[in-house]
Amino acid sequence: MQKQPPLSSAVSIDGVGVQFRTKRADVTALDNVTVDVREREFVSIVGPSGCGKSTLLKLVAGLVRPTSGSITLRGEPVTSPRSDIGFVFQKAALLEWRTVRRNITLQGEMRRMPKAEIARRTAELIEMTGLAGFEDAMPHELSGGMQQRVSLCRALLHQPPVLLMDEPFGALDALTREQMNSELHRIWQETRTTVLLVTHSVAEAVYLSERVLVMSRRPGRVLEVLPVELPDRNDYSKAMASAEFGARTARIRELLGARTAHD
Amino acid sequence: MTHLISDGETATGRDQDGVTAVRGRRRSIGTVLARWASDGWRPLLALLFLLFIWWLITAIELAPPYLVPSPQETWRTIVENPGYLWDNTVVTAYETLAAFVLSVVFGLLAAVAMVYSRTVEKTAYPLLVLAQVVPKIALAPLFVVWLGFGLTPKILIALLIAFFPVVVSGYVGLRSIDPEMLDLASTMGAGPIQKFLRFRFPASLPHLFSGLKVAVTLAVTGAVVGEFVGSNKGLGNVILEANGNVNTALLFAALIVLSALGVVLFLLVELIERLVMPWHTTVREASVTTTS
Ligand SMILES: Nc1ncnc2c1ncn2[C@@H]1O[C@H](COP(=O)(O)OP(=O)(O)O)[C@@H](O)[C@H]1O
Ligand SMILES: [Mg+2]
Repeated sequence: MQKQPPLSSAVSIDGVGVQFRTKRADVTALDNVTVDVREREFVSIVGPSGCGKSTLLKLVAGLVRPTSGSITLRGEPVTSPRSDIGFVFQKAALLEWRTVRRNITLQGEMRRMPKAEIARRTAELIEMTGLAGFEDAMPHELSGGMQQRVSLCRALLHQPPVLLMDEPFGALDALTREQMNSELHRIWQETRTTVLLVTHSVAEAVYLSERVLVMSRRPGRVLEVLPVELPDRNDYSKAMASAEFGARTARIRELLGARTAHD
Repeated sequence: MTHLISDGETATGRDQDGVTAVRGRRRSIGTVLARWASDGWRPLLALLFLLFIWWLITAIELAPPYLVPSPQETWRTIVENPGYLWDNTVVTAYETLAAFVLSVVFGLLAAVAMVYSRTVEKTAYPLLVLAQVVPKIALAPLFVVWLGFGLTPKILIALLIAFFPVVVSGYVGLRSIDPEMLDLASTMGAGPIQKFLRFRFPASLPHLFSGLKVAVTLAVTGAVVGEFVGSNKGLGNVILEANGNVNTALLFAALIVLSALGVVLFLLVELIERLVMPWHTTVREASVTTTS
């Protein structure tokens, strides 16, 4: 993560505004948002509820069309839903008629990946996320946190160049969440994936990200993009105890304002 | 930071998951039948009690035998006319099943059309509700005039009656999918057909099957009404003839066979439901199904 040759931009959001037309009124979800995410970069997005964080991720995936501005993903303008990404939705969005394993393999089946590769990747991911032993469980038999891990496995199966995550660890208990954070950090380093993570946890954002994007109340604008450099992220407690960590979280909380902080 | 003590799993919670995950999941025909056997004794007991009341009424001659035949008398009628009752049961069963299958085919097609086209939805849905208000049974004589005394008018009546629950449950079911699920499908590169087959249709099954169970019982009613209006075959006709001859024992026998037919068809749909979506039936094991 030290100084690298300049990387091209993986995601480029340029002057994007989004308005939703509802029966009662028009809602401006995002207003003039401009961000550039470099290839292989880890960027977190924090902001008050309803400020358009989920909308921002969906824009990148081509699931929502911007009212104004443009989005470019890996050099190509986003004009329709994109499949060169992995998406972890806020709700786990598991297919309740498929077992844990078959929820994960679905990703590979839809992409017509070779069967052997799907099986190998699935086994790897199940092991990595601590789902071993639950392969044949149905989603309704899992806790919210475990469901979210299945959803993470599914998003990673095809080794997407860009990973979009919408509050993936919101349903986890503190301990598991820390484990998953370390795990995600390791995955990110190993896979060279660009990550855009929406989170409610300032600590999580600072620990994981190279940059944290702080958004304002609705209509969502970018308040500030803070670079974060922690001394040693591979050691979770050391990273959390560092002065840089303290300074960054304090600054973000200040930006969000005590009132708007959810956590 | 309250998220640190958010809901969800704890170290012990995971152990509990481990326990629940072991519980019954995949179901074979055997396990479904075993389940029925273990669940079935209560309704059977209730049925036996009703049988007893019936017997009591006839035993103390609360009603004369030509109005209410005794259970023994009715049973004798059934076992003495096995061929006659069986042949007519086959006719009614055929009409019912044909109507049911057709209502599923047309009902699903209509539901799909309504889900995928705003125009069709806005045009057809109000019409459907309107059509439901029209007493379709009243059309039966007309069908007999148009189509004669064959099986077709009976199937048509039964189809007309069974169609409504299929189309409504199919429509509601197909629309019940979480939009986020379709977003997920998009990120996987799914086209419209894959989205339907892999996501929308499976998600609709719980709703659809509750409609199918209503439809199959309505189809029996429809077939019998069709037979009432004009026919020389089927259990409906047996009931009419028995009525004409004041043969209440035969009438009761036909009623019982007819009820048995309805129950068998209903259980058949339920069996298919449990085999097709074991994941769902385990969730709502206790819920009661409505059968109008
Ligand atoms: N499909 C939609 N239709 C109408 N309004 C929407 C839609 N999606 C989001 N919104 C509105 O846009 C705003 C931002 O939503 P969202 O991106 O989900 O916020 P966040 O994820 O930051 O909580 C909210 O006020 C929400 O009600
Ligand atoms: Mg959100």
